[in-house]
Amino acid sequence: MKIFVRPSSMSDKHVPYCPGCGHGIALRLIGEAIDELDVFKKVIGIAPVGCAVRSWRLFKFDMAHAAHGRPPAVATGLKRALPDNIIFTYQGDGDSAAIGLAELMHAALRCEKFSVFMINNAIYGATGGQCAPTTLIGQPSVSYPSGRDPNIIGYPIKMAEIIASVSRNAYVARVALNSVRNIMEAKEAVIKAFKTQERRLGFSFVEMLSPCPTGWNMKPLDALKWMEEKMIPEYPLGEYSVPEGL
Amino acid sequence: MVTGNEACGEAAIRAGCRFFFAYPITPQNELLEYMAHRLPEVGGIFIQSESELAAISMVYGAAVAGKRAMTASSACGVALMQEGLSYLAASQLPCVIVNISRAGPGLGRIAPAQSDYRQMTRGGGDGDYHLVVFGPASVQEMAELTYLAFDLADKYRNPVAILADGMLGQMMEPVVLPKSRDPNDLPPKTWAVTGAKGRERNLILAAPYTDEELIAINEELEKKYRSIEAAEQRWETVFMDDAELVVLAFGTSSRIAIEAIEHARNEGIKVGMIRPISLWPFPKEAFKDLDDHVRAYIVVEMNNGQMIEDVLLARCGNTPVHHFGKGGGWRPTPECVYEEIVRLWRRVC
Repeated sequence: MKIFVRPSSMSDKHVPYCPGCGHGIALRLIGEAIDELDVFKKVIGIAPVGCAVRSWRLFKFDMAHAAHGRPPAVATGLKRALPDNIIFTYQGDGDSAAIGLAELMHAALRCEKFSVFMINNAIYGATGGQCAPTTLIGQPSVSYPSGRDPNIIGYPIKMAEIIASVSRNAYVARVALNSVRNIMEAKEAVIKAFKTQERRLGFSFVEMLSPCPTGWNMKPLDALKWMEEKMIPEYPLGEYSVPEGL
Repeated sequence: MVTGNEACGEAAIRAGCRFFFAYPITPQNELLEYMAHRLPEVGGIFIQSESELAAISMVYGAAVAGKRAMTASSACGVALMQEGLSYLAASQLPCVIVNISRAGPGLGRIAPAQSDYRQMTRGGGDGDYHLVVFGPASVQEMAELTYLAFDLADKYRNPVAILADGMLGQMMEPVVLPKSRDPNDLPPKTWAVTGAKGRERNLILAAPYTDEELIAINEELEKKYRSIEAAEQRWETVFMDDAELVVLAFGTSSRIAIEAIEHARNEGIKVGMIRPISLWPFPKEAFKDLDDHVRAYIVVEMNNGQMIEDVLLARCGNTPVHHFGKGGGWRPTPECVYEEIVRLWRRVC
């Protein structure tokens, strides 16, 4: 008989996220991948601010905080110091695509051998639902209540496409955490990202489309439907770069 | 004969530093160039970062792993590092930062200046924290204080800064370099985040989970800063036995002032000098018992009056404190400092 339990790399702490949030799923996928690849003793996670900052309580391995947007620079210093460890950053879309865009792009450009897991939930969650670089056209937020107007704040940023275009021999994928099938594929992408790093092939980046019912002002089931109908057409899923040797 | 920038870089390597991350800015560039060619020779890592924000964050990453790491910049570049410095202090991570400062505010110009005294000793980052700050006055001290900075950073788990300027960075002097240390022979850092192998996990957290925890962290930091203040005040005194007029100057301005003081002594003026070497903690102890015979202090600094605030706090009584300086890259000559000493001597003594 198989009992559903948390991955052994995760603690039994309360999951500190809102009902219907995708963070719990994303963190669990990372935990499962760490268990399956048996890298617990050498994995180090880096979490910045916002909802992502809480991840350290859910994991049981070594972790460090970083300033808003700086995880890829911190991971650069850490990975260069400890090239045999498995280093990953866990960042939101504001962290990676707004304030930390330079750090992320340049880490990708240098082909740093660590993994970035980016949560794209099209909103700033922890601060109360402000517009993100990933917010869809027309999508309301507390900073642009009548919806994102491209004439005022531009178009949604396509991070997976950008990272695939600046890095060489990287693993780059966009996945979604809205259905069983997509979540299974997301897990595959997490494992491939870690394998890319383990084999020192190149940079690895997984953009995870993730529901934020609180930030979107929706019921959890409506949020999943909105992802399928609005978000995924804007952010096509798939692998944007697969390194040689994976 | 080496430059101050080279002495600083070589001393860092000899102290066991194998990680240097920096962004180009004049007049810090020679230090970056030195590390760029020397670090690969000793198996170290040099990265020219995309910004000062990234450079200090890379230092943070190497420090998280328990490695000796350094960055260098100048004035407006250091301003961009204040975010990272606050995080390093909050997380109690050791590192060394070197400010080969230029004249501000804003972009300013590359002339030697001491207008970063406040930026370094007060910090521009958020929260209650301190950097340990040294103000070297020679190429020899560029080497010695950089070397010491790594030991103190590790001892106190706190960033340590070197505040110099383009003159100290680029001038050449003979130097006796400290002995080389193998990074592998340094005391182990049991707190480092290296992977939870054979131990409980380690965490480097800049943000605690509760208000109570943050208050406790602040109390712990404050206790540490008080112990640094008690143990690490450093200064040099010149002609202080019978001085009635005391010049306060650090770094470049102290080198200029000493010439003026020697000249004045030859003229029978009882003038001495206190040269702070540690700018934080400020050497308050140097002022003990001075009020009996000192009639005035004169602070010579290449700014509009920054260190004078520390002198006002450090003097014991109501002894007058005068400022002689100017911001924007102004450099005093020994002659103008001499004239100021004479003017003040005639007025108060």
